[in-house]
Parts: sequence; structure tokens; C-alpha cells
Amino acid sequence: MQASETNRSDVEFVTFFAGGQSFSLDITHVREIRRWTAVTPLPHAPKEVLGVMNLRGSVIPIYDLSARFGLGPTPENPRNVVVVAMIENQTVGLLVEAVSEILSVQRAQIQDTPDIRSDTTRQSITGVIPIDEGMTRVIDLAAVIQAKGRQAA
Amino acid sequence: MATMNSIRDTFYEECEELLEALAEGLSSMDAGAQDSETLNAVFRAVHSIKGGAGAFALNALVAFAHRFETVLDGIRSDRIELTPEVMHTLLRSADHLADQVEAAREERVIDPETTDGFLANLNAVLGEDAPASPGPGDDDPCFGFAAVTLDFGDLGDDAAPIDLPDLTGLPDLAAPSPATDAAAATTGYLIRFRPLPALYANGHDPALLFSALADLGTLEVRLDTSALPDWAAFDPADAYLSWTIRLATAEPETLLHEAFEFVEGLCVLDIGPEAAEPAEPHLPAAAAGEAVPASAGPLPAEVPVAAPPTPAAEALAEPVPSPAPAAAPRAKREARPADEDGGNGGPKPTLRVDLDRVDRLINAVGELIINQAMIEQSVLDLSLNSDAEIITHVEDYRLLARDLQEAVMAIRAQPVKPLFQRMSRIVREAAEATGKAARLVTSGEGTEVDKTVIERLADPLTHMIRNAVDHGLEPQAARIAAGKDPEGTIRLLAAHRSGSVIITVRDDGAGLNRAKIRDKAVAKGLITAEADLTDSEVDNLLFLPGFSTADKVSNLSGRGVGLDVVKNAVAALGGRVSIASVPGEGTEFTISLPLTLAVMDGMVISVAGQTMVIPVASVIETIRPGPGDLHVLGTQEKVLSIRGRFLPMIDVAQCLGLPARATGEAPLLLLVETENQSQCALVVDAVLDQRQVVIKGLESNYGAIPGVSAATVLGDGQIALILDAEALTSNRGLGDMPLSRPVPHPAGASHASL
Repeated sequence: MQASETNRSDVEFVTFFAGGQSFSLDITHVREIRRWTAVTPLPHAPKEVLGVMNLRGSVIPIYDLSARFGLGPTPENPRNVVVVAMIENQTVGLLVEAVSEILSVQRAQIQDTPDIRSDTTRQSITGVIPIDEGMTRVIDLAAVIQAKGRQAA
Repeated sequence: MATMNSIRDTFYEECEELLEALAEGLSSMDAGAQDSETLNAVFRAVHSIKGGAGAFALNALVAFAHRFETVLDGIRSDRIELTPEVMHTLLRSADHLADQVEAAREERVIDPETTDGFLANLNAVLGEDAPASPGPGDDDPCFGFAAVTLDFGDLGDDAAPIDLPDLTGLPDLAAPSPATDAAAATTGYLIRFRPLPALYANGHDPALLFSALADLGTLEVRLDTSALPDWAAFDPADAYLSWTIRLATAEPETLLHEAFEFVEGLCVLDIGPEAAEPAEPHLPAAAAGEAVPASAGPLPAEVPVAAPPTPAAEALAEPVPSPAPAAAPRAKREARPADEDGGNGGPKPTLRVDLDRVDRLINAVGELIINQAMIEQSVLDLSLNSDAEIITHVEDYRLLARDLQEAVMAIRAQPVKPLFQRMSRIVREAAEATGKAARLVTSGEGTEVDKTVIERLADPLTHMIRNAVDHGLEPQAARIAAGKDPEGTIRLLAAHRSGSVIITVRDDGAGLNRAKIRDKAVAKGLITAEADLTDSEVDNLLFLPGFSTADKVSNLSGRGVGLDVVKNAVAALGGRVSIASVPGEGTEFTISLPLTLAVMDGMVISVAGQTMVIPVASVIETIRPGPGDLHVLGTQEKVLSIRGRFLPMIDVAQCLGLPARATGEAPLLLLVETENQSQCALVVDAVLDQRQVVIKGLESNYGAIPGVSAATVLGDGQIALILDAEALTSNRGLGDMPLSRPVPHPAGASHASL
């Protein structure tokens, strides 16, 4: 009984660490999580676009989430992982330091982004969720990959 | 009604093929072939179009096709002599027939006056007055309603038009049933067949049995589902279905028993002569007034689902069949009439497949190739003995993968023939419009090219052909004065040459008037009056945007768009156009295209430590310059001196915003052609390899990158960018070039400038 009640209002997020902070992404966007492999850099790309990676024959761009949020480039570490996410028909990879857990919360628990000064951050975060260690930032995938990475195509 | 639509689609698809056959037959007649086979093929094509059109009540089309057919019949029976004028009428009528079909397909109405004009031409050939309204049912002895029956005789190997009228259920067309004739001289058998569970358990399929029976004669199968229990009592492993089969055959009864030989003991079988009652006439399904879903397929060869392989599958596939027998899926199959044409090498059997499926297959094979290359690389990295078994396996894998790739690519490849055939119409129309006499000579029609390439080539080719007639050929008087055949010849050739397809359009006209081109270019401000241009540079001015040599704008080819459109269209396909002209002898345009859009011949190069690919097609030559060949112009712009000319040098690394290469190291130069037809040298570090690469678009997941057209995956799994030589050369701050020029779509998809 308890389970079915919570299921109705639950949203699931994959949470991960980037730049030492906790971020989360709606699980419906997440396709898979992969080991980091070398990427091919792209010319004229913004600094958070590390390059493109071969995902079983598809060419997907990899975004450094830490750099995207102005937290500096993610240091090289064999434990870094790539969260492969999909939005509409676009598949992208997000480089993060570690994936921590799958978080199941009720919609009501998601709070609006506090009115902070940084536009970049505010426009790419849809809300925050309080967790044991503080909070996790819910990222707006479309904003993260489109704000700077894409040229008008 | 979905079924009706799919039948319509089939009809139009077939019309396309028939129109092609028609054009082909007429062109060989035009070339002098007078044999009855060619004439019959032409006749059949027109006739089949008429038959199909009748089923869709396309009356104007039927009437026109009928008149056309009458003329053809007159020629066939030597009542009409095939003079050049008659030939011309036939060709123009075929064009009009094609227009009518197209109009019908798009549900447009063609101006009846146009049709009347063509009808009048045909009537003139027939030498009789135009009857008020030639109908499909008039005097022609070989055509009475029996479009259906006649089709059977003439077209044993082209079954679909036969079937069309049947399925549409137009009562008048459905009435004569060809099958009844066949049944007349045969014996009827009644077979009751009830499989036991063991039949299914042994993997037999009743449908196969029925199809074996169908080979013996005319078959009618009825499924009896009355034994089906209620859902609750349903045992998926049990057998509940039984069939009643009526077979009209001339074969002895023993053959019937033979068909069931393998299921003996696995079913309850009763074969006996049918009672005196006449075999149920083979009414077309739709005419019978009930929806029989299984027989909706347009091709008779498609066996309506006679029975699912197992009762379990039946249960899964369908809700419990209603007890009413009429609603039960009824299997029905008519034996095809004996394939009379089987022996005389008719068209090869083909399969119509959704293009998406093919593309999916091509993608998967592309990935397989990459995966194969990766495995090969990994095995190589193991540094095993060369006699290790896995090395042999990997080698075999490589060969198989290549075979597979070639086979898959061949699916998309199509001969250029239909495209070329369309061009003969363009020549006719252009010649008519300009008052010149011209004929088209084609060769290499069997050359196969990717379907998309063919489709996208139609417009540029049309343009070039029109140009050739309009601007290339001289007026008749001038030709006679020059001692040439008053009739001009346009040659259209296709050939494979080292991994690309070459298409040539050649006219035997006066050749390019270079002085005039020069003057025009100067007048338009495209070049300065002092510019010293070679002949070929002058010729290439034609490709500049906004250039048109026609003195007056004709409605034929000079519509303000010039050859630059052709050039762009070809460039979007990854190809190039070149031009050659000899005064007094003619002009030749050559289009060179890649065989396929999914795979490209690439030169693997290294730029600032990165591996990249540049299309081989865009590299004219590679040069390792000596120190004396490089000169500085201005502050730091470098130029290359080669064979007495100075060409600008473009550092690829710098263009792409990569760290500049270490100086001192001798660079390698790739000579490429720039947008305005001059040459330019790209500076790279090294050429590593030359190989086929599978093109992967970047746009869908990322976006356009200036100077990069797409990406590919190398043998080690790493991605390499494919450079766009044209964008690189036009990108480097020439002043008038915008820096963010739109990059051609990777797969050559519709280009903005088209």
C-alpha cells in the first residue's frame, strides 16, 4: 500500500558529483553510464565541450559538467565517468567525477532554485533537492548543452 | 481505406516501371529497332497502364492510353508506317501519358485541351477523324472488358496489374473470372484436413501444405474454427483448427495424397471427389462484400495467411474468433496461371522494401565495419605470432565484413537508366522550345549509383541538358553552314572510374565562346578587364553565381540561375563538376560523384597532433615543398610557388584554432581547389593513410563546426573529424567571406544554397 502511494508522486533522479558538488538529472534522460575514454577535441568549441566520443558508432559530444558550471575543468582521474543522456533526439555525454545514487523523491520535495546572482547557474538548474549531505542541484539538460555548446545549426 | 491506398501506391509504383519500359522501348524504336518484341513491350506497357487506370476510374487517362494503344496496334499490324513524324508523336504521347499518370497520382486534373491536342496528334496518325469521345470499350477487337483476361495472356510474369482490378472490386471488371475457365477442364476434389497436435509438434505448417496443393490447381481453403473452445478451456498445445479444401485440378488424385505424405498419421485426412455442385466462382474478395483481411495483399504471390503455425500463435495473434464462420479468417488462394513468359528471360524478380529498413541495415553494417576494424587493431596490438589462429579468423572477418558492406551498399545502388530516360524527354522539349533539332545519345545506363545521388542529380542534370540544347547547340542554319549534321547530338554518358561515378554531358555545338564569357564576366564585375585567365579559368567563370551567357533570358534555361546551381548541387553530393570545350566541336561537362553517401574515400592526415580525414576527392595533389618554394607575402601570409604560379597557403591547424605547428619542420601541402576555381594549398603535418571511411554526422548531436563536415570512427575506435576543404579555404578571412559560412551537411543533405 505504502509503495503504491509513493510511486504516484515520485520522481527519480540520478545524482552525481561534478566540481565537488552534487548534481542530479531526471532518470528518464539517462541512457547509460560509461567509463571515460579519450575524446577527439572539436575545433572552435567552448571550453566545457571536451570533444566527441564514439558510442557504438554514434558520435556524441562530451560536456565537462564542472567546467559548464564554472567550477573549473574536471581533473583527470580514471574514476571519472560519463553519463550518457538523451534529450529529444540528441545524445550527449556529461563528464562527472562519480555517480552516487538514484534518488527517489516526491515532487513536492523539489524546491525552486534560490534567487542567486549567477545567471549561468540559475538558467541551467531547475531546482534543488535537500539531501542528507546538503542539497543536490537538478540540472536542466537542454540548457546545459545548448547555452553555449551549440552553434546555430 | 488503408488497403485501397496501398493498392493505389502499388499501381503508381508499377506505372513508374511501365513508363520506364515504355520510354525504353520507344527509344530503341527511335534508334531503329523494328522488331515485334520491342513493339510488343511498348504496347504492353501502355496497355497495362490503361488496365490499372481503368480500375481507378481514371477515365481521361484510360481514353488517352487507349488511343495510344490503337496507334501502336496499327504499327504492329503494319497498317501504320513508322515514319519519323509518327515516332515523334509516339514519344510526345508517352511524355503526356507520364504527365497524366503523375497528375492522377497527385490528384490534379490535366487541362483536357492539352490531352485533346495529343489525342488529335494520335488521331492524325491513325488517319481518321477524332471520335467524339473514345471510350475504353469501343471497337478494338482485342480489348473488350477483358483487360483482365488479356493481361493474363500477355503478362504472365507481371502479375500485379492483373490483380488490381480484382481487388478494387469494381463490379464490371470483376465479372469475368479467368479462373473459372481454368477450372472447366478439371476435376474437383474436396479435402477435409484436421491436424492433430502432433502435426504442429513436428513443425509442420498447414500453410505450406496448402501452397503445395495450390501448385496442382485452383485452390480454395476454408478454415473451420468451430472446434475452438472457450478461452477458459483453451489449451495452447492442443489443435482445434480444421480446414475444408476445394481443389480443382487436372492432376491425378495420387498427387494430392503425395502432398500430404509427410503429415500422414499426424492429421485426420479425407480426400474425395467433390459433389456435382459447381465450384464456387472465384469472386474477388472485395466483390464478395466482406472484408477478408488476409487477402488484402496486392500480389497474388503473397499467400494470405492460411493458418498460423500453431494454435498457440493463433490464440496470441487474435482474440477468440467469433463463432460466425463468415468472420473467421478465411484463407483463399488462386493458383497463378501457368507462367508462360517464364522462359524468355523476363525482368528479374525484385522486392520492394521500405527505404528506412535498408538505411537501418546500412547503418548497422557501417558500425560492424568499425567494430571489425577495432577488433583487428586489438588483435594486432597483442603482437601474436602471425600463424595464430585468431589472425586468420580476423582476416576472414575483415573479408566477410567487406563483402557484407558491398552487398548492402548494392541494395541502395540503382542504375542511372531511369534518370537518363527522363533526359530524353528534356532534350525533346528543349529542342521543341528552341526550334533546334536535337537527339540524345546515352551510354552506360547500367552504371549503378546510390539512390539518393540519383534523385538529387535529376535537377542539375536537367539543367545541364537544357543548357546543352539551348546554349550548346547552334541554330540549325549555323550548323548547316558549318557543315555539321543539322540535328545536334547531346551525349549523356555514365561510367565508374576508380571509386567514383563519372557522368558526362557532351554536345556537338559550337563550343564555348570564351571572348564572350570574358566580356560578360568583366561586365558583371566578376573579373577585372586586365585579368589574365587561362582558357580553363575562363570556362570556369560559368560556374560563378549569377553568371548567364544567354543574350536574352529564354524561359528555357536562362532564368537567372546559372551553372553555379549545378555546381552547388553536385558539391552537396560530395562531387565536382568540370568543363571542357573545343571551339567548333562542342562542350563537355563532367560530373564526378562518390559512389555512395555513407562511405567516402578519405585521406587520413595528421594536423597538430590530431588525426583527421580529408576527402580524397577534394585533394588534387600532395606536395612536399622545398625551401625555395615558400615565400612570404605581406607580413606573414605565405604563398607557395608551383609551376610558375603562386598559391595561397592555409594552415589547417590555425584555421581550426589548434596550436600552431612547430616551425622548422617541413610541412606537407595538399593542393585543393577553392570555391572560385583557383587552387590553394592546405598545410598539414603528415598523410598517414588512405582508406574508406564511414561518414557520421555531427549535427544531430552537436551542431555545425566551421571547416568540419562530419566525423568518422577510425580503426582504434577514436573519432576523426572529416575536414571540409572548401569551407577551410573560404573561411580564412579573405575579407569578403563571412567567417561562419554554413557548412554543408555531412551526408550532403539539402544545402541551403539549393
